Amino acid sequence: MRARLLDAGAWALLALLLAGPMAGLRLQTEGTGLTLVTQWRPLAVIVVLVFVFRLLQQTALPALTRLALPKPRLSGAGLARHPAVLGLLFAVAVIWPFFASRGAIDLATLALIYVMLGLGLNIVVGLAGLLDLGYVAFYAIGAYGFALLAQHAGIGFWLALPICGILAAISGILLGFPVLRLRGDYLAIVTLGFGEIVYLLLNNLDGLTGGPNGIGGIPKPTLFGLEFARRSADGPTFHEFFGLEFSSSHRVIFLYLLALVLVVITLAVIHRLRTMPVGRAWEALREDEIACRALGLNPTSIKLSAFALGATFAGFAGCFFAARQGFISPESFTFIESAIILVIVILGGMGSQAGIVLAAVFMTLLPELAREFDQYRMLLFGLGMVLMMIWRPQGLLPSRRPRLELRQ
Amino acid sequence: MPDSLLQAIQQVVNGLTLGSIYALIAIGYTMVYGIIGMINFAHGEIYMIGAYLGLIAVTALVLLGIDSVWLLLPLALAFSVIVTSGYGWAMERIAYRPLRGRHRLVPLISAIGVSIFLQNYVQLTQGARDVALAQLIRGGWRLGEAGGFQVYISYVQAIIAVVAILFMTLLTLFVSRTSLGRACRATAQDRVMARLLGIDTDRVIALTFVLGAALAAAAGILVMLHYGLVNAHMGFVVGIKAFTAAVLGGIGSIPGAMLGGVLLGLAESFASAYLSTQYKDVVAFSLLVLVLLFRPTGILGRPEVEKV
Repeated sequence: MRARLLDAGAWALLALLLAGPMAGLRLQTEGTGLTLVTQWRPLAVIVVLVFVFRLLQQTALPALTRLALPKPRLSGAGLARHPAVLGLLFAVAVIWPFFASRGAIDLATLALIYVMLGLGLNIVVGLAGLLDLGYVAFYAIGAYGFALLAQHAGIGFWLALPICGILAAISGILLGFPVLRLRGDYLAIVTLGFGEIVYLLLNNLDGLTGGPNGIGGIPKPTLFGLEFARRSADGPTFHEFFGLEFSSSHRVIFLYLLALVLVVITLAVIHRLRTMPVGRAWEALREDEIACRALGLNPTSIKLSAFALGATFAGFAGCFFAARQGFISPESFTFIESAIILVIVILGGMGSQAGIVLAAVFMTLLPELAREFDQYRMLLFGLGMVLMMIWRPQGLLPSRRPRLELRQ
Repeated sequence: MPDSLLQAIQQVVNGLTLGSIYALIAIGYTMVYGIIGMINFAHGEIYMIGAYLGLIAVTALVLLGIDSVWLLLPLALAFSVIVTSGYGWAMERIAYRPLRGRHRLVPLISAIGVSIFLQNYVQLTQGARDVALAQLIRGGWRLGEAGGFQVYISYVQAIIAVVAILFMTLLTLFVSRTSLGRACRATAQDRVMARLLGIDTDRVIALTFVLGAALAAAAGILVMLHYGLVNAHMGFVVGIKAFTAAVLGGIGSIPGAMLGGVLLGLAESFASAYLSTQYKDVVAFSLLVLVLLFRPTGILGRPEVEKV
């Protein structure tokens, strides 16, 4: 125990030395010059936290992690795959918005967008094992694609949806083609650079994208041509057609259900893809590229297909996002957004669909539930990423590969 | 001399200044990559912390009544380099060492987490706003006839060049002449073999992070002197660009990182002078894609043979 206390004390001392000048002194502008203000609280908090954490890490934590995080086998993934369970979940997801508040439905719609993004990125990162740090660029291409199509060509949501997917896929292929031959980490940096280029272009091409002001007045999706408005010049609106009282929550529920349908389609498509040869090839490639080559698979085209498909789903999500918001600006497509989607994939367990749905819901709800910690949100987010990698890199619900074991 | 030539010379001067800063940061990326094959995504944040610590030290010294620039600068530099090295060491020890030997995406994701964490740590403790410093060193040399375009080299630019060259020379001497430097090279070549031969590879890896952080801190202070402005998010884009420089020169090679840094600085300063300042970052990232396309090993890098 004494050795542990000493060790924790040493770490606390190190924290004091390192954080002292940074957290203990604050630069402040005074007139034309600068001055330093001492601030004891943050420094004290850091030192105490480091001490306590280090002490716990050596004593309580090993036992605790064994208890709290059961082995993947016990995660209940088998039960969740049962058709009846899935059907029940789907029914609940369809029915609850009719009894929920508007804010809750809005939040759920946002969560569904993240589910879609997470599932799309999962193809690239989780299944094919390619780290894409600029995934948000494809999301932006989808969103701006729809906004520009609507603005200049008057194209509605339903026609724009496939176009945006195709646009994103094409840009994925154009980006992926030169760099997919390279090692994994180069891909990470190039995609990061691509994300930044797209962000810079959106911000600076004022004539086309409206620069930092973004694009507004994006049309909402319609139900077979029925608009969700009080009245419309182009024929009857939704409530007139069905003879209902006008209510603004119709549109909110409609958008939610639309997102739900898109997510279910995404889930189904990816689920099928995984059992198809191309999906098997993705996972094989992730495990061992050299072995794949030896078996006659072409790594570049397999990676390219994963990259393009992942981008397509981001394009769909972007298109839906633009339609839901009615207004988009480059601020929605920063690197942090890419990082959040990546964390959803990791938290959920790379390759695991159910895990990603849970993680996306969790990541959208968490900031709402912990509003008083808003300031510390990104700090904890970064810390969470590191701790996750140290203790549970396989995610909360790791994917289980179908396998047979011989019993002795 | 015609004005257009003088303008080009001015861009060379600016490019070399910027380039030597990129070079200092790029060395940190290249050394870490060379030794454990990971991209230390948080290296840009280490540079930002170096700049902040330098500014804090300068302010503290001025408040203590020291106002001779020649005393201020070395002291602030030493302080920032030492404390920032500590950050580099702690980062490796906490966030990367436990991940040794895992799948290569795992430490990279951890590094992204460290990067986000450090940005927000500094933003919370030092505020989100830019902090500006009144110019410490004013003046410079002007070349060219009065009336026409004059090439302007500020004293700060000269200091940047001198300090950058000094640090790079020291590093080169350290790596090529000392026994610890030899241990570094051996570990980079073959970690398992180096360990078998009695080299404490964990210590060597930690040392690499410390050296990289020290150089990044120097770069941070120099940038603070040059632009007089720091904020919590200054490290992100510079970090990516320095990595680009490292790839450009051939990742894993220290002279390559220096060369790549200078080339990138030149490319960027010419791009902002002759194309547009808004797109200088686009130029840098496009350069990265082009290099990877036509020469993935970089200018001085050696092709990597993958072993089964």
